Amino acid sequence: MLRTGVLTEMNDNRVREANFGVIAGAREGDDEVYAFPVNGTADACKDAVQTYGVEKVVDLAVEGAELSSDPETLAKAIADAVRHFELKALLGLNSPRGRDLLARIATILDAPLALDCLKVDLGQGIVTKSHFSGKTLATLKLSGTPLICGIRPNAIRSRPDPREADILPYQASVEGAGRIRVKEVKKAESETIDLTEANIIISGGRPMNSAENFKVLHECADALGGAAVGASRAAVDAGFAPHDMQVGQTGKTVSPQLYIACGISGSIQHFAGMKTAKVIVAVNTDEEAPIFGKCDYGLVGDLFEVVLALTEVLKASS
Amino acid sequence: MQIYVCLKHVPDTVAMINIVGDAGFDESVKFVMNPYDEYAVEEALKIVKQEGGEVIAVTVGKEAAASTIRYAMAMGAHRGIHIQADAQWVDSMVTSQALKKVIHADGTPDLIFTGKQSVDGEGMQTHYRLAAALDMPAVNEVTTFSIQEGKAVAEREVGGGEREMLEISLPCVVGASKGLNEPRYPKMTEIIKSKKKKIDQFNLADLGLETPAASSELLKLEEMPERGQAKMIGGSPKEMAEELVQRLREDAKVL
Ligand SMILES: Cc1cc2nc3c(=O)[nH]c(=O)nc-3n(C[C@H](O)[C@H](O)[C@H](O)COP(=O)(O)OP(=O)(O)OC[C@H]3O[C@@H](n4cnc5c(N)ncnc54)[C@H](O)[C@@H]3O)c2cc1C
Repeated sequence: MLRTGVLTEMNDNRVREANFGVIAGAREGDDEVYAFPVNGTADACKDAVQTYGVEKVVDLAVEGAELSSDPETLAKAIADAVRHFELKALLGLNSPRGRDLLARIATILDAPLALDCLKVDLGQGIVTKSHFSGKTLATLKLSGTPLICGIRPNAIRSRPDPREADILPYQASVEGAGRIRVKEVKKAESETIDLTEANIIISGGRPMNSAENFKVLHECADALGGAAVGASRAAVDAGFAPHDMQVGQTGKTVSPQLYIACGISGSIQHFAGMKTAKVIVAVNTDEEAPIFGKCDYGLVGDLFEVVLALTEVLKASS
Repeated sequence: MQIYVCLKHVPDTVAMINIVGDAGFDESVKFVMNPYDEYAVEEALKIVKQEGGEVIAVTVGKEAAASTIRYAMAMGAHRGIHIQADAQWVDSMVTSQALKKVIHADGTPDLIFTGKQSVDGEGMQTHYRLAAALDMPAVNEVTTFSIQEGKAVAEREVGGGEREMLEISLPCVVGASKGLNEPRYPKMTEIIKSKKKKIDQFNLADLGLETPAASSELLKLEEMPERGQAKMIGGSPKEMAEELVQRLREDAKVL
């Protein structure tokens, strides 16, 4: 049986949800899947990923190196394990840490790399990804081994496939690179849900009018069961929301199951960041707003009234 | 300090992309310097202003890509190197080998800046491959940068509002992100001066590069699928909210 690896990103020793879709991508060709915990322990990783079809969890170590603060050495160690276990492909999340590691690993292995993939066919070496800031869809053929792919969070649906995984301890025989050191990780000021990995996003545009008003969206996000809140560039530039929250060509690229755009006109640049959402809902006072030409459900009305009503309906029916 | 900035000449992000044949596009649209590369040029100029030295703009691209080098020069870059290619898409493995070869022959980089990714191919890998070829460390998506006590200190966003502070040994390759600085607009006098600056020319085919071990080939370009006709929901705010929730639960199954 062929083997495929998946980088499994963890936060506070918990596997982030979005990884399960990556595992589904690796399982498509019925390969045996090897998980590489990043930023967490093999034990905690195993408990989460075996439910999705992972067979092996690699517990990686390098003598005398602190892998969490040296991305180059971590990449060398994973690359070494990829060779050792003869993996034909390595997948990971196209998150900032994921794509950085994947690029480092591909470079070490002289392997083909495609980031931000929406679909992968590992058997054929064919991937689908965006080109021209989301304006076109490109099909690429990767040649060489192993195939290294970053998957856009939520682009592939997760699929439960329970089994009992084994932990494989592996001591990588690499030397510490020592050229890059993570000196400090500054946590977010508030506990926020990562926009790029959220299943549901509700975003506000220019008519939000103040930072204070974003509270209305946060309340609705809570009623939606823990959605993330985003913003258009107009709202960010006006100082109503931090740049971290910007969705679009010069902000975050997101692919949630549901994207609710409130008071957003529907510019190409905003769409560049959220076009691959499964379902798009638009709330806008102007029935001719361009966004109504490219969404799934359109509601003509004042966003504040509609969002308040939505929050109430959700609360009442949950 | 000798700082190289690697640039790409790309279609303007507001340009309509019309697909031609299976995988081509109408290249008569307006082309510009890749937007993220502007942050790279600006940062290089800032450092050279403090530390002294020169900024060299390098690109692999078709003949018209020379205008992106001229733009970097109008911003303040001192000279340029143009490696001419006959296609818009050159594999990242080839591009990085070509960049390595000409930079190596040209001087001794103390720093290399690039944009974090190109907005046409969105590959995000040429700079990592270049760094490996030159045996330098690479860091990408950098939002603050400085040199302190002979080391580079950089910050990058890692998602969920978290930031990493990194210390990197020099020389290194740095991929610039939005927020790193405010790229300047070239002044008329600088634009005129830039016309006299020197651009060394090479031809990609004449560099004698080895065939790389891996590659990615663009098979097909398609328009991003558009959605069908939107379902418009009417009524009072409460009625709209009720119908929406019902449809999201029962039809779309996303709640
Ligand atoms: C190089 C470049 C990069 C860019 N990158 C991005 C990016 O990353 N992300 C991004 O978002 N934009 C980006 N833009 C900007 C983009 O072109 C638009 O200007 C921006 O998206 C507009 O934001 P908006 O829809 O909130 O505001 P507007 O275009 O002003 O639209 C506001 C909308 O709200 C509606 N409205 C008004 N009042 C109400 C109300 N009470 N209730 C409901 N609806 C109401 C209006 O009818 C209108 O449709 C970029 C532009 C450029 C040139």
